[in-house]
Amino acid sequence: MAEVEETLKRIQSQKGVQGIIIVNAEGIPIKSTLDNSSTVQYAGHIQQLLMKARSFVRDIDPQNDLTFLRIRSKKNEIMIAPDNDYFLIVIQNPSD
Amino acid sequence: MSSKTSLSPEARKKKGKAGKKNENNFLSPHDGAAESHSRPDYIFPLVLTSITQELFGCRADEDVTGEIPYKLIKKEDIVQDMKTRAAVSDFSPVKQRVLEYPEDELLLVFDRDFTFGQSFYLVLTVEAKENILKPPVQGNEEELINVDEEDEDVIIPKTPEPRPWISLGSEQEIEEETVKHIRPRLRYKLSRPRRDFCSAVHFSDRSARDGYVECLSYQDKRFNITEQERHTAVQTVHHTTDSSTQTLWRYPKNMWTQYEPREFSPEEKMHQLQSENMKNFIKSVLIRLDVALQQNCIMNVFSDDWTALSEDDSAPTGKTRSQLKEYQSFTDLNLSKEKTISHIQWHPSISGVIAVAMTERFTLEERIDNSTKLLLNPSYILFWNLSDPINPQLQLECPDDVLSFQFCPSDPNIIAGGCFNGQIALWDVSAHVDKLQDTRSDGKNTSHTPNKKNDTAMVRYCAVSGIENGHKSPITDVQWLPETFEVSRYGIPVENSSHMCVQIVTCAPDSCVLFWDVRAPRVVSQSLTDTKKKSEKPLENPHGVPDTFKHLNLTWKPFIRVSLFKIGSSGDYSPLKFSLTDNTLDYSTGERPAHNAGEGSGLGQLRVPSAKQQNPLEHISTKLFVGTEDGELVYTDWKMEKDNDSGRLFSPKPTHRFVLYDTLINTVSRSPFFKDIILTVGSWSFAVFKEGLTNGSILQSRCSQIMYTVGHWSPSRPAVFFIGKEDGSVEVWDLLEKSHEPSLTQNISTASITSIRAKSISLKQHLLAASDRLGTLHILQIPWMLRRPSANEMQIVKKYFEREEERLNYFEKRQTRHENAKKETNIEEQRKKTESVIHQKHEEEANADAQREYEEYLNLEKMILKDTNLLTADL
Repeated sequence: MAEVEETLKRIQSQKGVQGIIIVNAEGIPIKSTLDNSSTVQYAGHIQQLLMKARSFVRDIDPQNDLTFLRIRSKKNEIMIAPDNDYFLIVIQNPSD
Repeated sequence: MSSKTSLSPEARKKKGKAGKKNENNFLSPHDGAAESHSRPDYIFPLVLTSITQELFGCRADEDVTGEIPYKLIKKEDIVQDMKTRAAVSDFSPVKQRVLEYPEDELLLVFDRDFTFGQSFYLVLTVEAKENILKPPVQGNEEELINVDEEDEDVIIPKTPEPRPWISLGSEQEIEEETVKHIRPRLRYKLSRPRRDFCSAVHFSDRSARDGYVECLSYQDKRFNITEQERHTAVQTVHHTTDSSTQTLWRYPKNMWTQYEPREFSPEEKMHQLQSENMKNFIKSVLIRLDVALQQNCIMNVFSDDWTALSEDDSAPTGKTRSQLKEYQSFTDLNLSKEKTISHIQWHPSISGVIAVAMTERFTLEERIDNSTKLLLNPSYILFWNLSDPINPQLQLECPDDVLSFQFCPSDPNIIAGGCFNGQIALWDVSAHVDKLQDTRSDGKNTSHTPNKKNDTAMVRYCAVSGIENGHKSPITDVQWLPETFEVSRYGIPVENSSHMCVQIVTCAPDSCVLFWDVRAPRVVSQSLTDTKKKSEKPLENPHGVPDTFKHLNLTWKPFIRVSLFKIGSSGDYSPLKFSLTDNTLDYSTGERPAHNAGEGSGLGQLRVPSAKQQNPLEHISTKLFVGTEDGELVYTDWKMEKDNDSGRLFSPKPTHRFVLYDTLINTVSRSPFFKDIILTVGSWSFAVFKEGLTNGSILQSRCSQIMYTVGHWSPSRPAVFFIGKEDGSVEVWDLLEKSHEPSLTQNISTASITSIRAKSISLKQHLLAASDRLGTLHILQIPWMLRRPSANEMQIVKKYFEREEERLNYFEKRQTRHENAKKETNIEEQRKKTESVIHQKHEEEANADAQREYEEYLNLEKMILKDTNLLTADL
């Protein structure tokens, strides 16, 4: 538990990080630094997107697998690191 | 030959990978074993009787075996045999071939497996013989190579060796296609008598019926192409059927569902967070995430360098600074004589219309001396249109000199002005607004239309406040409260249900700030007033004044009075200008509310809502900055506090004040881009403040040689503001370029500048209106450099202000640190003094301390040993 906290603090201390969400494989958020409604929204949408992206990658080449997904928008960048059981969403505002 | 060709690709396959190909498609005996029973020409199966076998020494299974199936037989022997035994000879069927055989020895092969039908076969060509005898060696090699190659799966590259040309019949085709001369060339010579050339042409008619051959199209059966083959594509699909249903709707029933997202309970979340899985996940994910996060900070890979390049081009270089071009100047010959302009305002909605307040150019003594004359010369506000520099469009009559006025932001037909005698006046120009708009559009046709009225319409004020209720000194600043909120009678900002500007704030050097409401007070007892109204005659309206504010006329009084008490001493401040916090931003959406233009008529009918209906607004900031006559900037709150003892409301003491200037402050203006940056201009210098920063000013200019009279922010560039001076010149300060001196100084008139206002008429045209003391209004065009903000200008300016703020904070910290350091050094010195006196005592004490400690240690040792039963006798 402490390790998780420490890691989250590390990520949070990076420049421009606006929020971190840990979501389980079904899209139910486990831990988040944002408010509940935003968390739930992010988790739900991103879980679907992640499934789509992963199925696409594996469709193109079955030996391949998705390791990281980054979505850059006008205002910020959303980074998604998927894994077997969970995935981690980090929202960063690259300051420039 | 067909048998040959059918075998040849398979033969090639076996030998193929080595790249060697047998030219003439010979078989090896190994191929023979695997192939079918079709035989090539050079193989002739024979039956050899035992006698023949003995004769030739090729007895089956004795001389020739499966391993050594070959036997070379001399040709002569065969011929001899054929001669001796003639038809009986086994070799008779092949007699001819044998005779033709060029060499001496023929190859006889024992065909153990009867691949060609018989037990022996004779090889009839030399090459075949050679090949069959030799390929065992080659074959093995090739097979070995094949095996090796199959193991390694590597193609040994070999340069292709040139091979002789195999003709497949293409020469015939080429020959057929080429063009050859098959006969000598024919020569023709045509001649005609010379007199027929260039002779007159005689045309004649001829019937066309016989002179032509008709070729009709007909069906020639020979050329019917019947379709024998057709390519079609077929695709299988599932069975599809279309069907539809109609639901029967028996009775309507309301149904609804409510859903919520799935969530974990806190215990489950804790459980998950502590699981081993989570730890591993976090560990593995962190690496990639770190990389990605840092990448973002290092560089923005999505930045478009091309567009960024063009933006940088427009950064202020400072060299090509163009001047403010004089666009127009307005002076009315009759009305502006001996008058000065005190205030300018651009019309908020009609572009190109500007209003100026004309006041007398007298000092106080002169006023007193000429007070009688003043009564005869009324003061007024003039409306000018950019298209017409000679005739003002509208003239508003004022009860007295107006020092400050403002258009109502939600209804530009209402103007509120503060007069010299402390009254507020309201004008309603809705009747003449068409004229203003018409003339704007018809500006070009002034000479053509004969119907244009050349006389300026005069509009009288429709309401004025009561003299005893208003200010006691000339009103120096008038501002409308924005329509997002209104102030209740108790000074609490409440929700404005009408979304129109209904309240005005004024200040005057009589040390108070007054709040006025333009709506009629709530009528408590309606019946009485109704009866009263009926009995009264309708009032005459001699001046043609619109009765929008009839309810206010002469009875108007402010509903809140905010006094400015001095901090730290008794007395009051005398405000000259003030600036309210910008509350027009709607905090939920971050937008400014749209002004409801054209709904002016509603303003007069509004009533002050009852206090119960009003919802107090939380986020409205009730602070304001006030610039006083003594050169101080006071930061205070206009919300009234209740005095616990008497229950009366009184205004609190101001929170901060900054002593800035020696003389009066003539401008307190908020930046249109940053709602906490305020520009204050005193007589000799100006300062830029940030709200909330109490250490000092962000920027303070040095004292200039010429008095500053007015200051104004640029509406389009966050870093630019204009300062008017006494010698009639305008300074343009660009904070991005130079913050210690103006970027541009330009002289506009000979008299001192009294007011500056800037407005953007269109994207390409930004105009600066500057009025001078002689009563002339100059309109200048702002050059491109000064009106176009560079990219990120707002960010840069924001950062600049932040840096200054940090500087101020840092200074303060250092100051306190210095003081603390000083205090500490003092304490240290004192301590040192006391220390030297008791220095001797210390040594004895130290010894005593050491002895004590040793004894304690011995006791401790004893105890431990006792506990562990190790206490020996000698201790």
